[in-house]
Amino acid sequence: MFGQILFITMALVIVVTSIGVVAVRNPVRSALNLVANFFALAVLYLFLYAQFVAAVQIIVYAGAIMVLFLFTIMLLNLGSPSELSERGDLKRPVTWGLALLFVIVLAGGIFVRLGEAQPTADDLGTVQMVGKFLFTDWVYPFELTSILLLIAIVGAIVMAKRRL
Amino acid sequence: MEELLNNPWIVIPLRIIIVVGFVLAAVPVLTWVERRVLALMQIRKGPNRVGPAGLLQPVADGIKLFFKEDVLPERVDRFIYFLAPAGFLIPVLCAPAVIPWGPDDRLTPIADVNIGILFLLAMTSLTVYGIVLAGWSSNNKYSLLGGLRASAQTISYELAMGLSIISVVLLTGSLSMRDMVLNQQGSLGLLNWHVFRFFPLGLIATGIFLIAMLAETNRAPFDLPEAETELIAGYHTEYSSMKFAMFFMGEYASMVTISAVMVTLFFGGWLSPLPFAPFTWIPGPLWFLMKLGVFIYFFIWVRATLPRLRYDMLMKLGWLRLLPTALVNLFLVAIVLWWQK
Repeated sequence: MFGQILFITMALVIVVTSIGVVAVRNPVRSALNLVANFFALAVLYLFLYAQFVAAVQIIVYAGAIMVLFLFTIMLLNLGSPSELSERGDLKRPVTWGLALLFVIVLAGGIFVRLGEAQPTADDLGTVQMVGKFLFTDWVYPFELTSILLLIAIVGAIVMAKRRL
Repeated sequence: MEELLNNPWIVIPLRIIIVVGFVLAAVPVLTWVERRVLALMQIRKGPNRVGPAGLLQPVADGIKLFFKEDVLPERVDRFIYFLAPAGFLIPVLCAPAVIPWGPDDRLTPIADVNIGILFLLAMTSLTVYGIVLAGWSSNNKYSLLGGLRASAQTISYELAMGLSIISVVLLTGSLSMRDMVLNQQGSLGLLNWHVFRFFPLGLIATGIFLIAMLAETNRAPFDLPEAETELIAGYHTEYSSMKFAMFFMGEYASMVTISAVMVTLFFGGWLSPLPFAPFTWIPGPLWFLMKLGVFIYFFIWVRATLPRLRYDMLMKLGWLRLLPTALVNLFLVAIVLWWQK
């Protein structure tokens, strides 16, 4: 009972803040909506016994990435925070097309029924289990991701140094 | 009594009252202690008029803050301006929920979750929002600069702090704060604590955490976000009355919290430093509070002793000194652990 109330509240928060991210004019408020969204998502991860993922969601996304986002937004337009309205060209039709595609996929998933989701073990989300899977079954993708991140870091330095 | 302590409807609110109540009650006491100790170190008198030895000064300050006019500057972003002080104080009060204060697990950690230290890191990393948003919404360039400095500083020092915490996680093999304290228990007393583990390595990790915790709480010598000589008061320049008081409370409460983390991770939590007769009679929570007091005194002592760093020195210290040292230290801890196995 309590769990259901909490789940519905969090789901509503996710929907409202997701709309807020794209609908709000002020970029700082938009970023704040995204932070609230990440929070509610972390609570949903806790429902799935994925404590580690929930904590990482808050530390990495809410605590680090969104702070950098805010930092950048504040540095970019210090004077007038509501100057972020690019209009025209292809963006709008493409957005509507993608949204329509998403609705079709979603409706297909609901009406066609892809089959029941398999329940996972209760301890799958703990640090021990995540670590075990990361370093056994998924070790190659994991290491490849680290190389990808390294390339991104090197790229960022190259781009920044060009101007110096 | 036993029955009451096993009833979750009684014991969980009780835990919350104990932890949050203690942290909030410590704030006024700390303001008095800080002013008296600073005065002592600078050969002044400090607050000594209101009540015996100035002990009622915090009460007088609180009443003054309540009755002050709440000034709202022109053209602020109202919603965010009002949200920011709460956004700073609430994560600070949530963070100590996972810290065990004594051997009895029915009363102190509000929740002994298996991601304990990660929860703590998550909460401390959120405090930066309050500061950044306060700086941005105030519509004041000093506030904005203070907020930007705070976010850059917190992100930079969180890395070194996290790496020094990972070495403790490696030693313990668990993320639960309770397991971390129990891992420091042994017949050698204080030599079993994580500070003295693998002799220089534990000490280096402790030193890194010590510097990072000063920077994370924006305390001197890392109080650049509120450097009064260049930024007036930084991010809370435009705040008055109780909204200013919330920032003030948050700063002192985070001092208590981070000192408690320091005690739990490296200095044996509630364990007695000498594991024999007269010392083990003193109950665990009392040891915990004594160690906590030492670190809070250290905060004040550092403020009275060291001059503020320049901004480029702060960044250089964080990225070029602390981070590589923490990385190498973590690597060495891992090697020693592997070699022992």
